[in-house]
Amino acid sequence: MRVPNSLDPIAQEPRDAVFTHWRRAVVRFVRQRPLGAAGAGIIVLMILCALCAPRLTPYDPLEIDFAAQLTPPNAQHWLGTDAFGRDLLSRLMYGSRTALLVGFVSAFFGASLGAIVGVASAYFGGRIDLMMQRVVDIFLAFPIIILALAVVSILGTGVGNVIMAIMIPMIPNCARVVRSSALAVRAMPYVDAARAAGFGPWRIIFRHMLPNVMAPYLIMLTAYVGQAILLEASLSFLGLGVAEPTPAWGLMLRGAAAEFAESAPWMAIFPGLAISLGVFAFNLFGDSLRDTLDPKLRTL
Amino acid sequence: MHRYILRRLLLMLPTFLGVAMLVFLLMRVIPGDIVELRFAEGQFFNKDLVAKERTRLGLDRPVWRQFIAWVWGIVRLDFGLSMWSGQPIAHEIAIRLQLSLQLAVMATVVAVFLAIPLGTLAALKQDTWVDYTIRIFSIAGLATPSFWLGMLMFLVFLIVFKWIPPMVFVPLWENPIANLSQMLWPALAVGYRYSAVSTRMTRSAMLEVLREDYIRTARAKGLWTRLVVRRHALKNAVLPVLTVIGLEFAFLMGGLVVTEQVFNLNGLGLLFVQSVARRDYTLVQALVLLVACVYIVVNFFVDLLYAWLDPRIRY
Repeated sequence: MRVPNSLDPIAQEPRDAVFTHWRRAVVRFVRQRPLGAAGAGIIVLMILCALCAPRLTPYDPLEIDFAAQLTPPNAQHWLGTDAFGRDLLSRLMYGSRTALLVGFVSAFFGASLGAIVGVASAYFGGRIDLMMQRVVDIFLAFPIIILALAVVSILGTGVGNVIMAIMIPMIPNCARVVRSSALAVRAMPYVDAARAAGFGPWRIIFRHMLPNVMAPYLIMLTAYVGQAILLEASLSFLGLGVAEPTPAWGLMLRGAAAEFAESAPWMAIFPGLAISLGVFAFNLFGDSLRDTLDPKLRTL
Repeated sequence: MHRYILRRLLLMLPTFLGVAMLVFLLMRVIPGDIVELRFAEGQFFNKDLVAKERTRLGLDRPVWRQFIAWVWGIVRLDFGLSMWSGQPIAHEIAIRLQLSLQLAVMATVVAVFLAIPLGTLAALKQDTWVDYTIRIFSIAGLATPSFWLGMLMFLVFLIVFKWIPPMVFVPLWENPIANLSQMLWPALAVGYRYSAVSTRMTRSAMLEVLREDYIRTARAKGLWTRLVVRRHALKNAVLPVLTVIGLEFAFLMGGLVVTEQVFNLNGLGLLFVQSVARRDYTLVQALVLLVACVYIVVNFFVDLLYAWLDPRIRY
C-alpha cells in the first residue's frame, strides 16, 4: 500500500519550524543576555554533575577513612577531606543531587499550586478573592523560618519533609504575584467568550487563564529554585533539614566545619562556594528570563 | 483617604487573628509539650507531677478555651509568662529586642547605602561593564548564605588578624566600641545580602523613570545630568525601593535565625529556635505575633508613605 507522499512535507514542516524557532530563541537569548546564558551554563553543568555523580566521583561519598582525616587538598583528594576522612569533592558532587532535588521539586509544586490559587482567586473575584487574599496575607505576615521549623518539628527531618517545609511558604507568595497578572487576563474577551460557550470555571482557569500567566509563573519558578536551595542549606545547617550521612551542602558546613575552621578551612570554604554558585546560577538565569519575558514584573 | 486608612486598619484585624490562630494550632500539632519534655523522661517520670504541671500551665483545658484565654490576654496587652523560664514574656523579649533591633537598623543602613548609589549607577550605565559588575555583585549577595559569609569573616579574622570579635553583647550606650566591634560584622554580612534586592529594585525603577518625558525635558533645558538624576529621577524611582526596604526590615526582626547562630548573638532569632525546641507555647506565640505585627504595620506605613510621596496615587 502506498502512503500518499504529498502528506509527508506537511507533517515534517511544522516540526522543523518549531525546532528552528527554539534554536533561534536560544541563540538570541545567549547573544542578548550573556549573564543569563552563563547562569544557564552553570545550571546544566550542575545537572550533569548530579546525574553522573556515581561515574564522576573519585570516592564513595559515605566512605569513612580515618587514615585520611582532615587532609588538605592534594592530588588524591582535590578538595581535601572532612573530619571522618570522607572525600569533599565526592560529597559536594553528591550534594548537588540533594540541592537540585529539593530545589526543583519544592519550586515546581510551590509555584504551580501558587499559580493555581492566584488564578482561581482572580477568576472568582468578589468575596472569594477577598477571603483568599486574607489567607495569603496571614501566610505572608508569618515568619517563614518558623513555618519551616514547625513543619520539620511536626513531620521530622528528611528530604521529603524539607521539601514540604520549603514549598508551603512559596504558595501564597506566588499566588499574590500571579493573581495580579491574572486579573488582567480575567478582563480579556476570550475569558468571557469561554464563559459564554458554557465552560465551567475550572476548565477556564486551567485551559484559558493559566497558559496566559506563564511568564510570571516561569519567572517565579526559576527564582524559587535558587531560594529553595538556599533555604535547604540554611535548614540543614541548623540541623533541621537533611540528616547525616546524606551528602548535603548546608549539612557539610555544620558542626565539624566550624570547629576545625582554623586548621581545616577547606571544609568551610568549598561547600559554601557550592551553595553560592548554585543559587547564583539560578538567580542569574531567572533575572535574564524576567528581562526577556516580562520586564515590569517585580519579583523578590 | 480617611476611608482608605480605616479600611486598611480594619483589614489588619483578620490577618492578626489568622496569624494568632495559625501559630496556636501549629504549636499544638508539634508532638510533645513542655511538661513531657521536662519531666516525662527517664527515672524522674512521675504521673502526678506531670498532671499537676499541666494543670498549672493550663495545658489540661480544651484547646479552644486555651486559645480564648490567650487572645483575651493579648487584648489586655498581657502576654503571660514564659512556660520555660517563668519570666514575663515582655521581659524575655525585651532583653533580646535591643540586640535584634540594633542589628536590623544597622543592616538596613548598610543595605541602603549600598543599594541606592549602586542601583542608580547600574541604571545610568545600562548594559556596560559597570552595569554587569554591579549586577553580578548584587546577585552574588543574594546567592551567598549570610551564615557562610559569617564563617568566612571569622576565618579571615582568625588566620590573618589573630583576633575574634567579642562574644558578649554590650549595649551601645554603655560601651560603643565593644558594641560596634561585635555588631558591625553581622550587620555587614546581613546588609550586603539585603542590599541585593534593593539594588536590583533601584536599578529597574531608575530605568523606568529615566525613559519618562520629564527627564528628557529636564535634560533638554540644559540641566546637569547630576541634578536631573538626583532631583528628578531618583525622587521618583525611590518609591518601590521603599517598599522593599520596609518589608526587609520587618523580616530582619525575626528572620535572622541562622546568622545569629553563626555570630553567637542572643537575639530574637535564637529565642525563636530555642522556644520552638522547648515547646514554650506562650513565648513562640508572642514572638510570632510580634514579627507579624511589625510586618503588617510596616506594610501599612509604606502604603501611606507612598500616597504621601506620590500625589498621583489616590485611594
